[in-house]
Amino acid sequence: MTQTLFHKIWMPHAVVDRQNGPSLLYIDRHIVHEGSFHAFNQLRARNLSLRHPEQVFGVPDHYVPTTGRRAQDAATAEIGQMITQFDNNMTWGGVPHFALSDQRQGIVHVVGPEQGITLPGMTLVCSDSHTSTHGAMGAIAFGIGQSESMHVMATQTLWQIKPRVMRIRVDGSLGLGVSAKDIILAIIAKIGASGAVGYAIEYAGSAITALDMDGRLTVCNMSIEAGARLGMIASDDTVYAYLHDKPQAPKGQSWEAALAYWKTLRSDDEAQFDLEVVIDARNIKPMVTWGTSPDAGCGIDETVPDPSGLKDAQSRAGAQQALDYMGLVPGTRLTDIAINQVFIGSCTNSRLSDLRDAARVLKGRQAKVPGIVVPGSGLIKAQAEAEGLDKIFIDAGLQWRSAGCSMCAAMNGDIGKPGERIASTSNRNFVGRQGPGARTHLMSPAMAAAAAVTGKLTDVRTLLGAHA
Amino acid sequence: MTKPQTSTTFEPLTTLTATVAAVPGPNIDTDQIIPARFLKKDRAQGYGQFLFHDMRFDDAGNDKPHPLNTARNQIPKVLVVDDNFGCGSSREGAVYALADYGIRAVVSTTFGDIFHNNCFKNGVLPVRLEGADHSRLMKWANSLTSQTDMTVDLMQCEVRWDKDVAKFEVDDFWRECLTKGLDELSLTLSYSQDIDAFEAQYQKRFPWLVAQKT
Repeated sequence: MTQTLFHKIWMPHAVVDRQNGPSLLYIDRHIVHEGSFHAFNQLRARNLSLRHPEQVFGVPDHYVPTTGRRAQDAATAEIGQMITQFDNNMTWGGVPHFALSDQRQGIVHVVGPEQGITLPGMTLVCSDSHTSTHGAMGAIAFGIGQSESMHVMATQTLWQIKPRVMRIRVDGSLGLGVSAKDIILAIIAKIGASGAVGYAIEYAGSAITALDMDGRLTVCNMSIEAGARLGMIASDDTVYAYLHDKPQAPKGQSWEAALAYWKTLRSDDEAQFDLEVVIDARNIKPMVTWGTSPDAGCGIDETVPDPSGLKDAQSRAGAQQALDYMGLVPGTRLTDIAINQVFIGSCTNSRLSDLRDAARVLKGRQAKVPGIVVPGSGLIKAQAEAEGLDKIFIDAGLQWRSAGCSMCAAMNGDIGKPGERIASTSNRNFVGRQGPGARTHLMSPAMAAAAAVTGKLTDVRTLLGAHA
Repeated sequence: MTKPQTSTTFEPLTTLTATVAAVPGPNIDTDQIIPARFLKKDRAQGYGQFLFHDMRFDDAGNDKPHPLNTARNQIPKVLVVDDNFGCGSSREGAVYALADYGIRAVVSTTFGDIFHNNCFKNGVLPVRLEGADHSRLMKWANSLTSQTDMTVDLMQCEVRWDKDVAKFEVDDFWRECLTKGLDELSLTLSYSQDIDAFEAQYQKRFPWLVAQKT
């Protein structure tokens, strides 16, 4: 019987396999952060301990200051307390972790792959919806709630209903100035914010396999914005080359054994998917969102859509509400929309390739608006500085910060003001996401850099052309 | 398949006839259900006060027009909502807010996946209706001008309102947990020997996945 990549990983993890309803799934790795305090509190309340602390890994990211590396550098004492509480929980549970002061600290979904914690064929969970990121390594990785996190810590398992599997093929070459972020924003705009509810997505096609590791992580990261449980890409030489020297990846004979197995983890040629979507990469333009749901996006050369053109009353009302919140008028050219600040960072776009993309646009130019650049980990920060990227950002007038979720989650005090318009490389443009009343336009790092340079939403291709 | 249980984690839910409120609008994400800034609060102080906070209150803390504000003196236990309710962030605080406010059932067409799972852990039933059934229910619930009850019947797997009725499906596993007032942890702990046996063969098969004890 032919099988999909998803099934090849799911099956050997089923402790109790049920045809209908949830199966008891074994979880290989579990990543925790400051927000996991509810799960630790539940464990303590039930007088439970961790079954396998060595299969859990902790790193603080959601609440950490990006202007200092100590709990007392936090924006408020209450936020600082979250970091202290994290340290205490790690000690209590005997959980391996990187403290905020550790250079290897960073965003959970950046650190996992970067340390080789995430491996092909694994099941990995974290109480954060963007855990789908790790699927780019050829793993089943998904976000869970606090009760589920507690359940995994106590039993190393989860009851999970097997999702259906959707394959999204993206074939062809990307144009100049078009990146992984544009691919995923185009996919979400096409299938909708609930288009993949109940599905695991496997991304395939030449445009996907041509992406480097950073780009693949970006695509899988935003699977959740299409409603998917998880996103994944079959592992290949790009993954193996990336993983080979990572600290926690297997070594020597163990690597060879693992590699032989990993190479079997791909969907069979005749494998049946519950749904297939095909997208032509050549048609993808640099994307921006104009609304308050990640599927409210389009090419930068378009105009703000007119809600009155929508057939269904509910969608019409929703789109109008979104435009009211965003302070936008139908028919406005997107490139005429002025912005107030720029955020380059988040688990979607804070890796070295992202910083390089932004720096390429900013080099020798000045930002017209303030902005912050927040690398995904301390190691990425160091590497970027070794390449001189920090100097490009600072010379352009942007702030160069330390690693954390920062203005994406907007929980650490890095927030926009009411009414402010932010060109952001993050993943959610929800109402109030980047601060009460703040307006978010999602885009790629190169597009955010272009917006910084002109002070407006900008087609980065016009700036890249000028440089070429 | 369920082994005997000893303690409940929330009040069992079987058949609920209670006040309904409609909160219409597609894609109401968990950031709207509970804004991020409240997530660092201890659960002990109750999360109900944060439910739909920024949809319900302005900066000064005054009421905005919102179905839950209109119904302030008649706390609903059933919410009728639109497509993809609870999408976005995995924050279980969204369900804590609903549960602490007093909501026991949320009726939609589709839910965010993680939100859907989180509901069962906290004694909140997420009901998925067919589109046409949901449309009729939403139209009715959204037109109510006074406190009105509807019924969510987990034993018959149907919702009843006005003179109308619609069936829904829920997996037996979750249904049993809800009707007994249990999350699944005690059940899983009864599988400890199966997990032990699984781990032994699994670690032989995938030795590179065995984490080093620190």
